[in-house]
Amino acid sequence: MAFWDYLPIAILFVISAGLAAIAVGLGHLFGPRKPTPKKLEPYESGMNPFGPGTRRMPVRFYLVAVLFILFDIEVVFFLPWAVVLKDLGITGLVEMIVFVSILVVGFIYAWKKGALEWE
Amino acid sequence: MNFSDLTTILPLITLVGWAIILILVDLFIPAQRKGIMAMLSAIGIMISLVIAICQFGGQTTAFSGMVVFDGFSVFLQILFLISGLAAIALAYDYIKRQGIERSEYYILLMFSLSGMTLMAMADDLIIIFLALELLSIPLYVLAGFANPRLDSEEAALKYFLLGSFSDAFVVFGTALVFGAARTTTIPGIIAAITVGAANLILLMVGAALILIGLGFKVSIVPFHMWTPDVYQGAPSSVTAFMAVGAKTAGFAALLRVFMAAFNTLAVDLVPVLWALAALTMILGNITAIVQGNIKRLLAYSSIAHTGYISMVLVTINQSRITQHAVGAALFYLVAYAVTSFGAWAVVITLEHSEGKGLNVEDYAGLGRKYPALAAAMTVFMLSFTGVPPTLGFLGKFYIFRAVLEGGYVGLAIIGVLTSLVSAYYYLRVVVVMYMREGEPLVRKEFWLSSTIFMTAIATVIVSIFSTPLFTWASKGIMFIPK
Repeated sequence: MAFWDYLPIAILFVISAGLAAIAVGLGHLFGPRKPTPKKLEPYESGMNPFGPGTRRMPVRFYLVAVLFILFDIEVVFFLPWAVVLKDLGITGLVEMIVFVSILVVGFIYAWKKGALEWE
Repeated sequence: MNFSDLTTILPLITLVGWAIILILVDLFIPAQRKGIMAMLSAIGIMISLVIAICQFGGQTTAFSGMVVFDGFSVFLQILFLISGLAAIALAYDYIKRQGIERSEYYILLMFSLSGMTLMAMADDLIIIFLALELLSIPLYVLAGFANPRLDSEEAALKYFLLGSFSDAFVVFGTALVFGAARTTTIPGIIAAITVGAANLILLMVGAALILIGLGFKVSIVPFHMWTPDVYQGAPSSVTAFMAVGAKTAGFAALLRVFMAAFNTLAVDLVPVLWALAALTMILGNITAIVQGNIKRLLAYSSIAHTGYISMVLVTINQSRITQHAVGAALFYLVAYAVTSFGAWAVVITLEHSEGKGLNVEDYAGLGRKYPALAAAMTVFMLSFTGVPPTLGFLGKFYIFRAVLEGGYVGLAIIGVLTSLVSAYYYLRVVVVMYMREGEPLVRKEFWLSSTIFMTAIATVIVSIFSTPLFTWASKGIMFIPK
């Protein structure tokens, strides 16, 4: 039965949730509580926190992010292709050349349109 | 993959390759001469069209049965490619005068067009989804092409969110169908059902989800909510392309999937399809009556026409009339495409900047000042209503005949009655043009005028000699490899 195969995972979920609840719950019950304004501040790795949490960002970051995703995803295709390159033979090579040249067209387009310039 | 696979999809490869080359070419064309791009992309579409026509005849599959080449796919490909040419003719002067002339317009149009041509050939639910995305994503961008105009941006966002939402339904349905039939190819699904290996309940749920997803795309009521807002907000030339291309592509998938693969589910599906078609016709036509804006009026009219075409889906389980039904649907799509492009071209001719000149009242006095334009608009309105001798009449005739042959008299009566209702709002435009005094503002632009002229002529002439077209459309029957 497929269901019983997953039982250990279910037990693991229950135990880990229970352990976390016990750890936090005990501290909450028995720990001393003396709040000061300093203690209630958000923790920023030891630095003094400054500014609000939701700051406005330049919209250019989104352009960079989009370009990053575009040219980063190709690696997902490159890696498995490189592993089986010998088995794919000439067809695989030609297909990858087509794929890369389409990407290069996109890259040239983005470059010429000034998407890579910060100012 | 082998060489014959590539020759089978040659029109598609040409289209995509040409569009990619145009991206590069565009970078070296100075900003004030972007009109060249319209010509270049039209040449690409024409090459693709010539190849598609040369390929005429024969039936084959390619890419291990994911793509099928048959009469149905060739018919639709030719319809799509001609629509693409008409869309460029409509856009050329319009985007220049609206100040949104950027060459990406034509490139995106070509990419969207390639999605549509792929949809005509898709014989696998995965390919149908791929084609759906390929045709939709450029359309989302095109709908927002008039930014920073707010209504255009709103239309783009609305179309994008609802479109992606509906695509999710298609994917989920595909997953369930795969779970039921252990394959996503349409011949495979048919085989699984025939052998009895498919889980019918799972298949039913999958079919329903696919119906919802594609229903969004062709705007079947109750999935039509986005249509009026998007059609109104998007630049008119984009709306014309969307109203014809995206709708025809949606129907290509609906016909292919439901007529071929899911016809054994007819007992459960037919009542649903019956109700959807009836609702779409009634709501589309009645809501159109109260519209004052011509773009919204045409949007609701397009919903109503979706209703007429989806009537043929109730005959899915009657294999002896499938040929008539598919032929009627294809013929209606041609009639709708020709008439729509004509009507939208008139709308574009009268539209001035910032969405002025889009109310039905702005057409007052057109009959006296510009008799030719008014006569053309009258032809389109009569064709939409279904009055002979126009293409719209024959389209409705063939659809009603197929539905009556299927034995659905009630649905045919609803169709006729709603056509009568539609006469009210279509003829109102004609009445305003001829009976009211006014000073309409019209721009004479070569490509727009010639589109109006050609579609008006085609609407009348083709309807008189319609038999070859209908014969051809009925031969567009789907090839199911054994």
